[in-house]
Amino acid sequence: MSPDPAKETKDSSRHAQDGTRHHLSPARTLDLDPLIDDPKTRIVVCCGSGGVGKTTTAAALGLRAAERGRKVVVLTIDPARRLAQSMGIDSLDNVPRRVKGLDDSASGELHAMMLDMKRTFDEIVEAHADRERAAAILGNPFYQSLSAGFAGTQEYMAMEKLGQLRARDEWDLIVVDTPPSRSALDFLDAPKRLGSFLDGRLIRLLTAPAKLGGRAGMKFLNVGMSMMTGTLGKLLGGQLLKDVQTFVAAMDTTFGGFRTRADATYKLLQAPGTAFLVVAAPERDALREAAYFVERLAAEDMPLAGLVLNRVHGSGAARLSAERALAAAENLEEPRIVDQDGGKAGLRNSPDTYGSSEPAAVPESAAVPESPASEPDSPVDPDRTVEQLTAGLLRLHADRMRLLSREQRTRDRFTALHPEVAVAEVAALPGDVHDLAGLRDIGDRLAAGRPELPETDA
Amino acid sequence: MSRLQVVSGKGGTGKTTVAAALALALATEGKRTLLVEVEGRQGIAQLFETEALPYEERKIAVAPGGGEVYALAIDPELALLDYLQMFYKLGGAGRALKKLGAIDFATTIAPGLRDVLLTGKACEAVRRKDKSGRFAYDYVVMDAPPTGRITRFLNVNDEVAGLAKIGPIHNQAQAVMRVLKSSETAVHLVTLLEEMPVQETADGIAELRAARLPVGRIMVNMVRPEVLDATDLELVRGTARSSLAQSLSAAGLGGARRGGQAERLVAPLLAQAEEYAERYTLEHEQRAVLGELGLPLHELPLLAEGMDLAGLYELATELREQGMS
Repeated sequence: MSPDPAKETKDSSRHAQDGTRHHLSPARTLDLDPLIDDPKTRIVVCCGSGGVGKTTTAAALGLRAAERGRKVVVLTIDPARRLAQSMGIDSLDNVPRRVKGLDDSASGELHAMMLDMKRTFDEIVEAHADRERAAAILGNPFYQSLSAGFAGTQEYMAMEKLGQLRARDEWDLIVVDTPPSRSALDFLDAPKRLGSFLDGRLIRLLTAPAKLGGRAGMKFLNVGMSMMTGTLGKLLGGQLLKDVQTFVAAMDTTFGGFRTRADATYKLLQAPGTAFLVVAAPERDALREAAYFVERLAAEDMPLAGLVLNRVHGSGAARLSAERALAAAENLEEPRIVDQDGGKAGLRNSPDTYGSSEPAAVPESAAVPESPASEPDSPVDPDRTVEQLTAGLLRLHADRMRLLSREQRTRDRFTALHPEVAVAEVAALPGDVHDLAGLRDIGDRLAAGRPELPETDA
Repeated sequence: MSRLQVVSGKGGTGKTTVAAALALALATEGKRTLLVEVEGRQGIAQLFETEALPYEERKIAVAPGGGEVYALAIDPELALLDYLQMFYKLGGAGRALKKLGAIDFATTIAPGLRDVLLTGKACEAVRRKDKSGRFAYDYVVMDAPPTGRITRFLNVNDEVAGLAKIGPIHNQAQAVMRVLKSSETAVHLVTLLEEMPVQETADGIAELRAARLPVGRIMVNMVRPEVLDATDLELVRGTARSSLAQSLSAAGLGGARRGGQAERLVAPLLAQAEEYAERYTLEHEQRAVLGELGLPLHELPLLAEGMDLAGLYELATELREQGMS
């Protein structure tokens, strides 16, 4: 992706004018609407570390694209129950279901499905093997463990399902959520690994006795094989090895090769119609993982559209620093203790600023509690509650501002590493998303590319 | 106190941080703990601000009172070669196996074998004794896979034991399972006061219990300080904006008149209070859900400055004060 200098300039000038609002200002803003509207975009893959809102992002993008007129299917891996219910896919049947309740004025459609990895694996077997052989594979103990979700199976099946959905060509856009992998790598590696294993040398050796018979030229292989099977047999126990061999033999004759399938999916991910979105939250670990993912995608020639940064905080009162807010809160709280018996009626306004509609900002140095500007005029209001409450509001604000600057620092670190990556920021929501309205809201925030902040009008 | 402390939790809840803080907390007063990482993410090294950990136990921190924290990043491939060497003196064969892809197979694809190697290594460290017969480590803390996979991960030995009905892997799995299902082990779940992690915690506990794995405690991480309580929030809603503006002005934040600096702060501050109120209610609901799970609950504060080494010691102190060690 080539940077767009004109756009950058426009963005930064907008930021400069927008002084009262505090943003984590990205070098480039990721515009998601053009991406999901473009008929050439056929697959969007959302990836990132666990707990950053990948699934919600995928669902919100899917909904938005559908309401903007595209025929979309969202493939989720492990959605939270209520999110799944909000899309009507709480039954795990491995088939895309049409989501109801959409605004279909643009005549789009949204379908959603939840991956059942065992079912997906079974389906591959059933589709490629005759009934008897399929039954033998499905009943094999090794197969049962493998398909029930050991390392790599979920990743592999997610990609397999993606390939299947794409091959059906029933949707203009497929949005995929990726498995909550232990590391970002697994998702790209697992299909290849499983594919190359199932189609590889080891398997040939394991299945060699049946296929090679007594061919003299293969003698060296047989030596290798007996050493192999001997060792594996020792390790795993003879029965397991036999299960593996039976499984592999059954698979081998029915499949056109796992590697071919894995390679096809891998190529699909590199194809021009595919866009990767790295999802993260403005936290150190999540962004570190995101940076790693950005590098990895580049190394694999996978097309990165940008970074979605979820749960970004903002403030409508960013002019007021944490330090000043705290100092002011202390000002309000102090007189309560000191002047327990004070009877003078407090002025409710600081005279020096009263009447001035735009007083100059109090310099940082004047904001410490002992500041002469505020102390002598500290009100001793009989109604202390208002002051207590105001102090509470100021403390809340101080917390918010500290959070903001922490997020800013984390963000800056990422931007310094990867200034080329466009970023869409999504404001933090107080609660979880449970319905289409919530997803729509997230979609709006995603498309806006920057946090929506509380309005400052009174 | 169980000698093997397994720490799991939904992604993003900070389970590595909590595991590290727990290892530090348990190491105080001259104890020695081993912090074990099983997912190859090098999260421990990043947390302790050191270079990537090798497959080797090395000291990474000293705890107050002369305790020591060792760390180990278990690499399943090396653990398998280790294992082959230990039991079969198969050094050379190990290399041959690697060439054929068998090691790759065994550690990434073979059902559960990888997990047996990981838990097996941790259990070995739990049982290891020095020449004088003392345990090499007082405690082993494992930064385990996330809640969604923890039961399968720990219980995998059962599955392998069922799959490999005889042979050394079978025996190994049985031995490991005996440790994991005993009171020697406690599985803690880290959560946040948010709906999804809490739901996952409840599900995880049910799964662990069904598998008869010993559930330890719930650790609520990143708990934000209570700035305003429910009564305050109610009062805030009932307070005239002009009074708040005057109060802000009195605190030295500018004019209270319409358009004055203090007055213009009122709306955004109130908006933030509304967000806080909504979150406050949600957090209370989630705390109640956690309370019903019937397990000891620990709360760790959100560190305003973000997580660093100093923060880790702070959390360790917090855990000690809450009687976690």
